[in-house]
Amino acid sequence: MSAIAGHYSYWVTVFLMVAGLYILIARTNLLKKLIGLAILQTSVYLLYIAPGKLIGGTAPILANGFTTYSNPLPHVLILTAIVVGVATLALGLALVVRIRETYGSIEEDDILARDIADADG
Amino acid sequence: MGDHLAVLQVVLPLAAAPLIVLVRDRGFAWIATTVVSYACLAIAVGLAVRVATAGPISYEIGSWPPPWGIEYRVDALSAFVLVLVALTASLVAPYARRSIAAEVAHDRAYLMYAMYCLCLAGLLGITITGDAFNIFVFLEISSLAMYVLIALGRNRKALVAAYQYMLMGTVGATFYVIGVGLLYLMTGTLNLVDLAARLREVEDLRPVLAALAFITVGIGLKLALFPLHQWLPNAYAYAPSMATAFIAATATKVSVYVLLRFYFTVFDPSLHFGDVPWREVFIALSVAGMLVASLVALFESDVKRLFAYSSVAQIGYITLGIGLDSQASLTGSITHLMNHGVTKGAIFVLLGGVALRAGAMSMSVNSLAGLGQRMPLSAFGLVIAGLSLIGIPGTAGFVSKWYLIVAALEQGHWWLVAAILAASLIAAAYVWRLIEVAYLRPAAADAWQRGEAPVGMLTAALAMVALCVYFGFDTTFSVGGAQEAAQLLRGTR
Repeated sequence: MSAIAGHYSYWVTVFLMVAGLYILIARTNLLKKLIGLAILQTSVYLLYIAPGKLIGGTAPILANGFTTYSNPLPHVLILTAIVVGVATLALGLALVVRIRETYGSIEEDDILARDIADADG
Repeated sequence: MGDHLAVLQVVLPLAAAPLIVLVRDRGFAWIATTVVSYACLAIAVGLAVRVATAGPISYEIGSWPPPWGIEYRVDALSAFVLVLVALTASLVAPYARRSIAAEVAHDRAYLMYAMYCLCLAGLLGITITGDAFNIFVFLEISSLAMYVLIALGRNRKALVAAYQYMLMGTVGATFYVIGVGLLYLMTGTLNLVDLAARLREVEDLRPVLAALAFITVGIGLKLALFPLHQWLPNAYAYAPSMATAFIAATATKVSVYVLLRFYFTVFDPSLHFGDVPWREVFIALSVAGMLVASLVALFESDVKRLFAYSSVAQIGYITLGIGLDSQASLTGSITHLMNHGVTKGAIFVLLGGVALRAGAMSMSVNSLAGLGQRMPLSAFGLVIAGLSLIGIPGTAGFVSKWYLIVAALEQGHWWLVAAILAASLIAAAYVWRLIEVAYLRPAAADAWQRGEAPVGMLTAALAMVALCVYFGFDTTFSVGGAQEAAQLLRGTR
């Protein structure tokens, strides 16, 4: 039982990871694929941050009465990863907007059909 | 100044990008890009010379000593890859002016140069940094810039190609960062050298193996390891010519560098990999990639897609060397990074010139009919680079394949030699298809008739073709550098 309860943050991480990857692969709507990508990236934030937290630990400050500190490095790393994630998502959305403008659709099947029609005509 | 060469290598192109965006002038953008590319080449060569004479260079960013601060570390392997990236950049940059003017809307051209500088900064950063998380950041800088470069292609398929590459590339980078996260949980460090030392004391190997799996698949996506190459053909085919030339010559090679770093510097295969048949997996995927992608290339009708599939096959040769895991095979792999980079760069640069004269970004093989008469120098260059792709003696491609064959024979893998030769034969067949069309078939009556490519583009292209031949004869730099790098990688065991 403790293997499940004691590691519940990992279980949540794994669930988000797999859910994100599934959406990314299984959906044909370009926007929904990006949502899956965002969920996958979010799971990584959790993977880094959750183990960095010590129960009862404080921020790493020098003050009387505090002896247990949480490691601040994962937070800093994930701050960077969040910025990267935001940039990727913004670029992805911009590409979807441009695809919608030129193809008139954001469904993978429609776009494929139009490309094939192009090649024939 | 001399002490800060390592950081200048990345800071120069990184600073050039916002400057270009601020000035918003395409003439200035081109000059800045060219100057920065040449400066990068000078720095890369300077670093390589220093590493050769005085050993590895370690640079502490912000004077924070490793493993706390980020360390830039240049050794034989990273110096070799730095030279490859900077060399390609300095040949593609002067070429870019005419190519971009013809293929990208004028008011957006300066953005193309800015993205090119960012991509260069990212690729150089991946190679020079000694910090696992920093690799991820640079990986994403270069990748994001690459997605934009591809999306700037004129065909609307470029948008879909960029979108697909973005999805697969981001999944790759995310997998990589999951792997690094697991390693960080086990060791509490991100510095590659420190990571290597602490991993040798780790008792519980299961998270290490999970990290290995995530990093292999993640970087495999980035380097287009068969069958994770689905993004590559369209991305190469629909990107603007200069972007294709630069990306094809450098991006996948830098990812191979990351793979080599993790497999041989960070992990210790004999200690960490247990009974995981990683050599067999690499050999199987490489051979499958070499044969399948070559066959697809043989039946492909679009010229750029043909050479894109040929890239997937050539990456197979490179990863085959990793799977064989010996001094000779790694030498072959690392030499092939350089030789294939130069060869594929030359081909795509030449195709860019042909595309400019044809007025179309995507060309079918048949549209090249009569190219030998209309653009004799370009056609001749394509033949030489094609021979190097096949691996004819006297060209760069022969040298690296020779080392791979020697490595396969050392381990008694006769069937591998057969596979390498079979893939080369298929390459000969698809290169011959081009030669036949270009020289033996008369041009169609309504074909474009506008002579040779502009001098600026042709010079860059022929310089790369000359390198294909040069590395076939004088191997002091290519094989010499690769040998040292291979020794370094295997020396840790």
